[in-house]
Amino acid sequence: MKYLKQLMIILVTYVAGQVVQTVLHLPVPGSVIGLILLFLALRKGIIKVEMIEDVCEFLLSNMSFFFIPAGVGLITSFAALKGNWVGFLTILITSTAVVWIITASVIRLFRKGNSHE
Amino acid sequence: MNEITHSPVFGVLLSLIAYETGTYINQKSKLSIFNPLLIAIAIVIVFLTKLNISYESFNAGGQFISFFLYPATIALALPMYKRFSLFRENALPILTSVLCGNVCGMTFVILSSKLFGISDVLTRSLIPKSITTPIGIAVSQQLEGIQSVTVAAIILTGIIGSVLGPVLYRLFKMDDRVAFGIAIGASSHAIGTARAMELGEIEGAMSSLTMAVSGITTVFLAPVIWNAFVVFFH
Repeated sequence: MKYLKQLMIILVTYVAGQVVQTVLHLPVPGSVIGLILLFLALRKGIIKVEMIEDVCEFLLSNMSFFFIPAGVGLITSFAALKGNWVGFLTILITSTAVVWIITASVIRLFRKGNSHE
Repeated sequence: MNEITHSPVFGVLLSLIAYETGTYINQKSKLSIFNPLLIAIAIVIVFLTKLNISYESFNAGGQFISFFLYPATIALALPMYKRFSLFRENALPILTSVLCGNVCGMTFVILSSKLFGISDVLTRSLIPKSITTPIGIAVSQQLEGIQSVTVAAIILTGIIGSVLGPVLYRLFKMDDRVAFGIAIGASSHAIGTARAMELGEIEGAMSSLTMAVSGITTVFLAPVIWNAFVVFFH
Protein backbone atom coordinates (compact mmCIF):
# COMPACT_ATOMS: atom_id res chain seq x y z
CA MET A 1 0.00 0.00 0.00
CA LYS A 2 2.70 2.43 1.12
CA TYR A 3 4.82 1.52 -1.91
CA LEU A 4 2.00 1.88 -4.41
CA LYS A 5 1.17 5.34 -3.08
CA GLN A 6 4.80 6.39 -3.33
CA LEU A 7 5.06 5.07 -6.88
CA MET A 8 1.88 6.95 -7.72
CA ILE A 9 3.31 10.25 -6.48
CA ILE A 10 6.47 9.72 -8.53
CA LEU A 11 4.50 8.88 -11.68
CA VAL A 12 2.21 11.89 -11.20
CA THR A 13 5.35 14.07 -11.26
CA TYR A 14 6.44 12.33 -14.46
CA VAL A 15 3.14 12.97 -16.20
CA ALA A 16 3.15 16.59 -14.96
CA GLY A 17 6.61 16.93 -16.53
CA GLN A 18 5.29 15.57 -19.82
CA VAL A 19 2.37 18.00 -19.75
CA VAL A 20 4.71 20.95 -19.13
CA GLN A 21 6.95 19.75 -21.98
CA THR A 22 4.08 19.41 -24.46
CA VAL A 23 2.39 22.68 -23.55
CA LEU A 24 5.58 24.76 -23.63
CA HIS A 25 7.22 22.83 -26.55
CA LEU A 26 10.44 22.38 -24.54
CA PRO A 27 13.35 20.41 -26.06
CA VAL A 28 13.97 18.85 -22.59
CA PRO A 29 12.24 15.47 -22.08
CA GLY A 30 9.35 15.03 -19.65
CA SER A 31 11.28 12.84 -17.21
CA VAL A 32 13.88 15.57 -16.66
CA ILE A 33 11.21 18.25 -16.20
CA GLY A 34 9.53 15.82 -13.77
CA LEU A 35 12.82 15.55 -11.88
CA ILE A 36 12.96 19.35 -11.60
CA LEU A 37 9.27 19.51 -10.57
CA LEU A 38 9.75 16.89 -7.85
CA PHE A 39 12.81 18.73 -6.62
CA LEU A 40 10.85 22.01 -6.43
CA ALA A 41 7.91 20.26 -4.70
CA LEU A 42 10.33 18.90 -2.08
CA ARG A 43 11.86 22.36 -1.60
CA LYS A 44 8.44 23.97 -1.20
CA GLY A 45 7.32 21.25 1.22
CA ILE A 46 4.42 20.18 -1.03
CA ILE A 47 5.89 16.66 -1.07
CA LYS A 48 7.61 15.36 2.07
CA VAL A 49 10.65 13.06 1.91
CA GLU A 50 8.74 10.26 3.73
CA MET A 51 6.08 10.31 1.02
CA ILE A 52 8.48 8.96 -1.63
CA GLU A 53 11.60 7.78 0.17
CA ASP A 54 11.21 3.97 0.12
CA VAL A 55 10.37 3.68 -3.57
CA CYS A 56 13.08 6.22 -4.49
CA GLU A 57 15.64 4.17 -2.55
CA PHE A 58 14.55 1.03 -4.42
CA LEU A 59 14.72 2.77 -7.81
CA LEU A 60 18.08 4.45 -7.18
CA SER A 61 19.89 1.46 -5.70
CA ASN A 62 18.83 -0.73 -8.64
CA MET A 63 19.23 1.83 -11.41
CA SER A 64 22.05 -0.01 -13.23
CA PHE A 65 19.78 -3.01 -13.65
CA PHE A 66 17.09 -0.96 -15.41
CA PHE A 67 19.55 -0.14 -18.21
CA ILE A 68 20.02 -3.77 -19.30
CA PRO A 69 17.34 -3.87 -22.06
CA ALA A 70 18.52 -0.50 -23.48
CA GLY A 71 22.07 -1.84 -23.51
CA VAL A 72 21.03 -5.11 -25.17
CA GLY A 73 19.41 -2.89 -27.83
CA LEU A 74 22.98 -2.42 -29.04
CA ILE A 75 22.24 -5.54 -31.14
CA THR A 76 19.94 -3.45 -33.33
CA SER A 77 22.79 -1.00 -34.15
CA PHE A 78 25.27 -3.68 -35.27
CA ALA A 79 24.37 -3.08 -38.93
CA ALA A 80 24.75 0.73 -38.76
CA LEU A 81 28.12 0.37 -37.03
CA LYS A 82 29.58 -2.27 -39.32
CA GLY A 83 33.13 -1.35 -40.33
CA ASN A 84 33.19 1.57 -37.86
CA TRP A 85 33.70 -0.34 -34.59
CA VAL A 86 37.34 0.57 -33.97
CA GLY A 87 36.69 4.28 -34.52
CA PHE A 88 33.41 4.15 -32.61
CA LEU A 89 34.88 2.54 -29.51
CA THR A 90 38.09 4.61 -29.61
CA ILE A 91 36.06 7.83 -29.79
CA LEU A 92 33.77 6.74 -26.95
CA ILE A 93 36.64 5.81 -24.64
CA THR A 94 38.88 8.82 -25.37
CA SER A 95 36.09 11.40 -25.32
CA THR A 96 34.71 10.06 -22.03
CA ALA A 97 38.19 10.42 -20.52
CA VAL A 98 38.50 13.94 -22.03
CA VAL A 99 35.20 15.10 -20.51
CA TRP A 100 36.06 13.52 -17.14
CA ILE A 101 39.54 15.07 -16.98
CA ILE A 102 38.43 18.54 -18.14
CA THR A 103 35.46 18.66 -15.75
CA ALA A 104 37.56 17.41 -12.82
CA SER A 105 40.40 19.85 -13.58
CA VAL A 106 38.06 22.87 -13.69
CA ILE A 107 36.42 21.92 -10.37
CA ARG A 108 39.84 21.36 -8.88
CA LEU A 109 40.86 24.90 -9.85
CA PHE A 110 37.74 26.31 -8.18
CA ARG A 111 37.98 24.27 -5.00
CA LYS A 112 41.70 24.99 -4.58
CA GLY A 113 40.95 28.74 -4.90
CA ASN A 114 38.29 28.43 -2.22
CA SER A 115 40.49 26.68 0.29
CA HIS A 116 42.91 29.65 0.34
CA GLU A 117 40.20 32.05 1.47
CA MET B 1 10.80 -23.25 -27.23
CA ASN B 2 9.27 -20.24 -28.98
CA GLU B 3 6.48 -20.08 -26.43
CA ILE B 4 9.03 -19.79 -23.64
CA THR B 5 11.15 -17.10 -25.29
CA HIS B 6 8.14 -15.05 -26.35
CA SER B 7 6.79 -14.82 -22.81
CA PRO B 8 7.61 -11.56 -20.98
CA VAL B 9 8.96 -13.64 -18.10
CA PHE B 10 11.84 -14.79 -20.33
CA GLY B 11 13.34 -11.32 -20.82
CA VAL B 12 12.92 -10.34 -17.18
CA LEU B 13 14.36 -13.59 -15.84
CA LEU B 14 17.29 -13.58 -18.28
CA SER B 15 18.12 -9.99 -17.23
CA LEU B 16 17.91 -10.89 -13.53
CA ILE B 17 20.16 -13.94 -13.91
CA ALA B 18 22.63 -11.99 -16.04
CA TYR B 19 22.73 -9.11 -13.54
CA GLU B 20 23.18 -11.39 -10.53
CA THR B 21 26.03 -13.12 -12.36
CA GLY B 22 27.56 -9.72 -13.17
CA THR B 23 27.30 -8.58 -9.56
CA TYR B 24 28.84 -11.84 -8.35
CA ILE B 25 31.79 -11.57 -10.74
CA ASN B 26 32.25 -7.89 -9.84
CA GLN B 27 32.33 -8.62 -6.10
CA LYS B 28 34.63 -11.63 -6.45
CA SER B 29 37.11 -9.88 -8.76
CA LYS B 30 36.89 -6.38 -7.19
CA LEU B 31 37.92 -4.96 -10.59
CA SER B 32 36.01 -1.99 -12.00
CA ILE B 33 36.38 -3.31 -15.57
CA PHE B 34 34.04 -6.13 -14.52
CA ASN B 35 31.13 -3.71 -14.28
CA PRO B 36 27.91 -5.61 -13.39
CA LEU B 37 25.89 -3.86 -16.10
CA LEU B 38 28.56 -4.49 -18.75
CA ILE B 39 28.74 -8.19 -17.86
CA ALA B 40 24.94 -8.50 -17.77
CA ILE B 41 24.52 -6.89 -21.22
CA ALA B 42 27.30 -9.09 -22.66
CA ILE B 43 25.71 -12.25 -21.22
CA VAL B 44 22.27 -11.40 -22.64
CA ILE B 45 23.65 -10.44 -26.08
CA VAL B 46 25.71 -13.65 -26.33
CA PHE B 47 22.77 -15.73 -25.13
CA LEU B 48 20.34 -14.20 -27.65
CA THR B 49 22.81 -14.43 -30.54
CA LYS B 50 23.85 -18.05 -29.82
CA LEU B 51 20.28 -19.28 -29.47
CA ASN B 52 19.04 -17.13 -32.34
CA ILE B 53 16.45 -15.32 -30.26
CA SER B 54 15.32 -11.95 -31.60
CA TYR B 55 15.66 -8.69 -29.68
CA GLU B 56 11.88 -8.29 -29.98
CA SER B 57 11.28 -11.54 -28.06
CA PHE B 58 13.69 -10.46 -25.36
CA ASN B 59 12.15 -7.01 -25.20
CA ALA B 60 8.66 -8.45 -24.56
CA GLY B 61 9.96 -8.72 -20.99
CA GLY B 62 12.71 -6.12 -21.32
CA GLN B 63 10.23 -3.29 -21.76
CA PHE B 64 8.93 -3.91 -18.23
CA ILE B 65 12.43 -3.31 -16.92
CA SER B 66 12.97 -0.24 -19.14
CA PHE B 67 9.73 1.19 -17.78
CA PHE B 68 11.43 1.77 -14.43
CA LEU B 69 13.86 4.21 -16.04
CA TYR B 70 11.12 6.88 -16.02
CA PRO B 71 10.41 6.86 -12.28
CA ALA B 72 14.13 6.22 -11.62
CA THR B 73 15.06 9.46 -13.41
CA ILE B 74 12.47 11.34 -11.33
CA ALA B 75 13.74 9.68 -8.14
CA LEU B 76 17.11 11.41 -8.65
CA ALA B 77 15.39 14.53 -7.26
CA LEU B 78 15.58 13.03 -3.76
CA PRO B 79 19.38 12.91 -3.32
CA MET B 80 19.55 16.32 -5.01
CA TYR B 81 17.13 17.69 -2.44
CA LYS B 82 18.94 16.05 0.47
CA ARG B 83 22.27 17.46 -0.68
CA PHE B 84 21.05 20.82 -1.94
CA SER B 85 23.43 22.80 0.29
CA LEU B 86 26.35 21.10 -1.49
CA PHE B 87 24.98 22.34 -4.80
CA ARG B 88 24.44 25.89 -3.54
CA GLU B 89 28.04 26.02 -2.34
CA ASN B 90 29.28 24.68 -5.68
CA ALA B 91 26.86 26.17 -8.21
CA LEU B 92 29.48 28.22 -10.06
CA PRO B 93 32.14 25.46 -10.21
CA ILE B 94 29.53 22.96 -11.39
CA LEU B 95 28.19 25.21 -14.15
CA THR B 96 31.64 26.30 -15.34
CA SER B 97 33.11 22.79 -15.33
CA VAL B 98 30.04 21.31 -17.01
CA LEU B 99 30.11 23.93 -19.78
CA CYS B 100 33.85 23.38 -20.35
CA GLY B 101 33.29 19.60 -20.34
CA ASN B 102 30.35 19.89 -22.78
CA VAL B 103 32.14 22.11 -25.30
CA CYS B 104 35.43 20.17 -25.21
CA GLY B 105 33.67 16.80 -25.27
CA MET B 106 31.45 17.56 -28.27
CA THR B 107 34.27 19.26 -30.21
CA PHE B 108 36.49 16.27 -29.47
CA VAL B 109 33.83 13.84 -30.71
CA ILE B 110 33.36 15.78 -33.97
CA LEU B 111 37.08 16.14 -34.69
CA SER B 112 37.97 12.55 -33.84
CA SER B 113 35.05 11.29 -35.95
CA LYS B 114 36.52 13.22 -38.89
CA LEU B 115 39.89 11.64 -38.13
CA PHE B 116 38.40 8.13 -38.25
CA GLY B 117 36.44 8.96 -41.41
CA ILE B 118 33.10 8.43 -39.71
CA SER B 119 30.11 9.73 -41.68
CA ASP B 120 28.33 12.96 -40.68
CA VAL B 121 25.14 11.18 -39.71
CA LEU B 122 27.01 8.80 -37.37
CA THR B 123 28.96 11.76 -35.94
CA ARG B 124 25.74 13.62 -35.18
CA SER B 125 24.46 10.47 -33.44
CA LEU B 126 27.55 10.47 -31.21
CA ILE B 127 27.38 14.14 -30.13
CA PRO B 128 24.91 13.62 -27.22
CA LYS B 129 26.79 10.57 -25.90
CA SER B 130 27.65 12.01 -22.48
CA ILE B 131 24.11 12.87 -21.37
CA THR B 132 21.26 10.80 -20.01
CA THR B 133 19.33 8.62 -22.50
CA PRO B 134 15.97 10.48 -22.59
CA ILE B 135 17.63 13.87 -23.28
CA GLY B 136 20.22 12.28 -25.57
CA ILE B 137 17.49 10.85 -27.81
CA ALA B 138 15.86 14.29 -28.02
CA VAL B 139 19.17 15.90 -29.01
CA SER B 140 19.83 13.15 -31.57
CA GLN B 141 16.41 13.83 -33.12
CA GLN B 142 17.15 17.53 -33.22
CA LEU B 143 20.48 16.87 -34.99
CA GLU B 144 18.94 14.28 -37.32
CA GLY B 145 21.16 11.46 -36.06
CA ILE B 146 20.38 7.71 -35.86
CA GLN B 147 18.60 7.12 -32.56
CA SER B 148 19.58 3.50 -31.97
CA VAL B 149 23.25 4.45 -32.45
CA THR B 150 22.84 7.34 -30.00
CA VAL B 151 21.34 5.01 -27.39
CA ALA B 152 24.18 2.52 -27.90
CA ALA B 153 26.78 5.31 -27.63
CA ILE B 154 25.15 6.67 -24.46
CA ILE B 155 24.99 3.27 -22.76
CA LEU B 156 28.58 2.41 -23.69
CA THR B 157 29.78 5.85 -22.56
CA GLY B 158 28.02 5.34 -19.24
CA ILE B 159 29.72 2.00 -18.71
CA ILE B 160 33.10 3.34 -19.86
CA GLY B 161 32.72 6.25 -17.42
CA SER B 162 31.80 3.94 -14.53
CA VAL B 163 34.92 1.90 -15.23
CA LEU B 164 37.29 4.81 -16.04
CA GLY B 165 36.05 7.24 -13.36
CA PRO B 166 37.49 5.45 -10.33
CA VAL B 167 40.71 4.67 -12.27
CA LEU B 168 41.22 8.34 -13.26
CA TYR B 169 40.41 9.39 -9.68
CA ARG B 170 43.32 7.33 -8.38
CA LEU B 171 45.57 8.26 -11.32
CA PHE B 172 45.16 12.00 -10.66
CA LYS B 173 45.56 11.39 -6.91
CA MET B 174 42.33 13.19 -6.16
CA ASP B 175 40.80 13.26 -2.70
CA ASP B 176 37.52 15.08 -3.20
CA ARG B 177 34.22 13.18 -3.31
CA VAL B 178 32.33 16.24 -4.56
CA ALA B 179 34.69 16.66 -7.53
CA PHE B 180 34.47 12.94 -8.29
CA GLY B 181 30.67 13.09 -8.34
CA ILE B 182 30.66 16.10 -10.67
CA ALA B 183 33.18 14.59 -13.08
CA ILE B 184 31.41 11.24 -13.32
CA GLY B 185 27.99 12.91 -13.72
CA ALA B 186 29.25 15.17 -16.51
CA SER B 187 31.05 12.42 -18.41
CA SER B 188 28.80 9.41 -17.90
CA HIS B 189 25.29 10.55 -16.91
CA ALA B 190 22.83 8.16 -15.19
CA ILE B 191 24.93 5.00 -15.48
CA GLY B 192 27.87 6.86 -13.93
CA THR B 193 25.44 8.21 -11.34
CA ALA B 194 24.22 4.70 -10.55
CA ARG B 195 27.86 3.71 -9.95
CA ALA B 196 28.49 6.90 -7.91
CA MET B 197 25.41 6.13 -5.82
CA GLU B 198 26.96 2.77 -4.91
CA LEU B 199 30.17 4.53 -3.81
CA GLY B 200 28.45 7.05 -1.54
CA GLU B 201 25.56 9.46 -1.11
CA ILE B 202 27.62 12.63 -1.68
CA GLU B 203 29.09 11.23 -4.92
CA GLY B 204 25.63 10.12 -6.03
CA ALA B 205 23.94 13.44 -5.26
CA MET B 206 26.64 15.53 -6.98
CA SER B 207 26.57 13.18 -9.96
CA SER B 208 22.79 13.36 -10.40
CA LEU B 209 22.81 17.15 -10.07
CA THR B 210 25.57 17.47 -12.63
CA MET B 211 23.88 15.01 -14.96
CA ALA B 212 20.69 17.12 -14.97
CA VAL B 213 22.62 20.37 -15.52
CA SER B 214 24.76 18.82 -18.26
CA GLY B 215 21.74 17.35 -20.01
CA ILE B 216 20.05 20.74 -20.20
CA THR B 217 23.17 22.68 -21.29
CA THR B 218 23.84 20.07 -24.01
CA VAL B 219 20.34 20.57 -25.48
CA PHE B 220 21.26 24.17 -26.21
CA LEU B 221 24.97 23.74 -27.02
CA ALA B 222 24.85 20.70 -29.34
CA PRO B 223 23.19 22.39 -32.38
CA VAL B 224 25.44 25.46 -31.99
CA ILE B 225 28.64 23.40 -31.93
CA TRP B 226 27.54 21.16 -34.82
CA ASN B 227 26.55 24.14 -36.98
CA ALA B 228 29.82 25.92 -36.18
CA PHE B 229 31.64 22.81 -37.34
CA VAL B 230 29.62 22.62 -40.56
CA VAL B 231 30.38 26.30 -41.32
CA PHE B 232 34.13 25.85 -40.68
CA PHE B 233 34.70 22.56 -42.52
CA HIS B 234 32.29 22.42 -45.44
